[in-house]
Amino acid sequence: MNKTKNKEEILYQPGSSYWGDVWLQFKKHKGALVGAILFFSIVIAVMIGPFLWPFEPNGIDIRSRNQGPSFLHPFGTDQLGRDTFARMIAGGRTSITVGLAAMFLAIFLGTLVGVFAGYFKRLDGLLMRFTDLFLSLPLLPLLLLMMFLFREPLSVAYGPEKGMFILIVVSIGITSWMPTARIVRGDVLALKQREFVIAARSIGTPDQKIILRHVLPNILSPILVSATLGIANAIITESALSFLGLGFPPDFPTWGRLLNDAVDYLQLHPERVMWPGLAISLTVLSINFLGDGLRDALDPRIRGR
Amino acid sequence: MFDYTVRRLLIAVPTLVIISLVIFLVLSLAPNDPMAQVPMTVPPEVKEKMREALGLGQPLYVQFWKWLVQFFWIEPQVFIDYYFGTQFAEDKLRVISWQTRAPVMDTVVERLPQTLWVVGMSYVVAIAISIPIGIYSAYKQYSVFDQAGTFVTMVGYSIPPFFTGPLVIVIFAVNLEWFPSTYDTLHKVVDWDTFVVQIKQMVLPVMVLAIQGTAQISRYMRSAILDNLNQDYVRTARAKGLSESIVILVHVLRNSMIPVITVIALNLPLIFGGAIITEQVFKVNGIGQQLILAIYANDLPTIQTLTFIFAFLIVGMNLIADVLYAILDPRIRYE
Repeated sequence: MNKTKNKEEILYQPGSSYWGDVWLQFKKHKGALVGAILFFSIVIAVMIGPFLWPFEPNGIDIRSRNQGPSFLHPFGTDQLGRDTFARMIAGGRTSITVGLAAMFLAIFLGTLVGVFAGYFKRLDGLLMRFTDLFLSLPLLPLLLLMMFLFREPLSVAYGPEKGMFILIVVSIGITSWMPTARIVRGDVLALKQREFVIAARSIGTPDQKIILRHVLPNILSPILVSATLGIANAIITESALSFLGLGFPPDFPTWGRLLNDAVDYLQLHPERVMWPGLAISLTVLSINFLGDGLRDALDPRIRGR
Repeated sequence: MFDYTVRRLLIAVPTLVIISLVIFLVLSLAPNDPMAQVPMTVPPEVKEKMREALGLGQPLYVQFWKWLVQFFWIEPQVFIDYYFGTQFAEDKLRVISWQTRAPVMDTVVERLPQTLWVVGMSYVVAIAISIPIGIYSAYKQYSVFDQAGTFVTMVGYSIPPFFTGPLVIVIFAVNLEWFPSTYDTLHKVVDWDTFVVQIKQMVLPVMVLAIQGTAQISRYMRSAILDNLNQDYVRTARAKGLSESIVILVHVLRNSMIPVITVIALNLPLIFGGAIITEQVFKVNGIGQQLILAIYANDLPTIQTLTFIFAFLIVGMNLIADVLYAILDPRIRYE
């Protein structure tokens, strides 16, 4: 009795759209809401921060070196007197840009492989073997190897910062597409058996049209979720590379690089490790909560209950 | 069961060969000159001879074949010679490090136990902590314990090892002075006191890796148990009067371990990556640290061998996971 009443209420709700329903469910997940707000504030802060903050990330002021937090320098200064807050903003800008770019590449590759493997039966075995192979590769050693081997030629070709950016984004992208490919393949396999796809094929729609018009819009939600989690993964990987000293050049701050610099002063200034470490952890935590909430909100079995 | 294990083994071998090919190609296609460190005063024809001495003048497939022979044929012979006192490998060319001019495998054998100890202990700790947490928070879903546990695992999952490492050093080594901040690799265990010192210096690296592992495993444990708790067989087990502890700890746990083992196996590359970082933070002389040193020293044979050993460990552990999978779930054996 109660159930039917609920159903009617849902049916006659005024102006409920798909994304409206998703938003209603998303709002219920408090952690996800806080995560989303936190993540977008971090992004906005690092994007407009450099225009508002008076200090330069590489501006050396040797007389005010090794200062603790003060009103002028809220995060203190480092061993060359550079303002840590300015460096954190600049580092966050690089880290988040790398995260977003690498995520787009990984999602593109993963969706491509997943759709081809799921849709074309002949390619399935081969592509999935390939994915399994990539999953058993030792990823961090390979990434370190790529950093080390291709760093110089790319620096020569595109300049030290741009070359490194391309190298890091491409190497993270081509080593983290596998989970997306697996999820997408599973969903495409299930979708292929659905009536609307069979109907579309029976009236002679070419494969390319079916994929673009019928398959891709329906696998958008798993792609969105893995895109969110992909940003976190890419930020962690980039920071790990910078932490091991094989990321961006030393005068170019990223969060991992700042953490690496701070470890040398661990005994004297332990608080310096906190800023970049907390920034990375908070960003990743907020993204993970955001992804969790998004997964619930986009799942029609959970939504509307 | 035996059939199944053999089949899995047969799949693992080509995987390893292809991985070694990938590593080899990445290394040889890179525009990198190992002769870059040689002084400019050395005449070009001498440089050419040095190149040939390093085996660089030959075509790629010859180089790859030679490496395969050295690694899979000669190195095992060296092991047999060492343990049984035979002379199979005498005068045969081994994989030589360009940095130390000594066989790479000798250094690896020295350093591999440290890595395996730290990684293995962290897995034991992580599994021992996360399984009870996962069971309890699934059993009392939405309770305070479950909510807190979910939050804590999310935090543990999000903090990368290169932050937890310095963090635990600041807390436990600098402020509390409970444990040493670096790993003394020359330390030998001879009696109880030295054993205690050894345990103490392993605590921090193991803790860092175990935090990461615990967070992942307990999350999956919880959702796997939740999936199983609503199944019919649980109701049947309760209906025939089994005690609650037997229902949960025997019936549900065994079925829930299947997805968890997959997750443990799939996360291995991540844990070994974490081990490289942890070794760097705590100065453990494991193979991860050796890899970083070799990369900085442009020592290609060592880099190649070590990357391959990481791949070998990952594929080997995946194999063990597959076999465990079949022990837990009899249906898989007959696929």
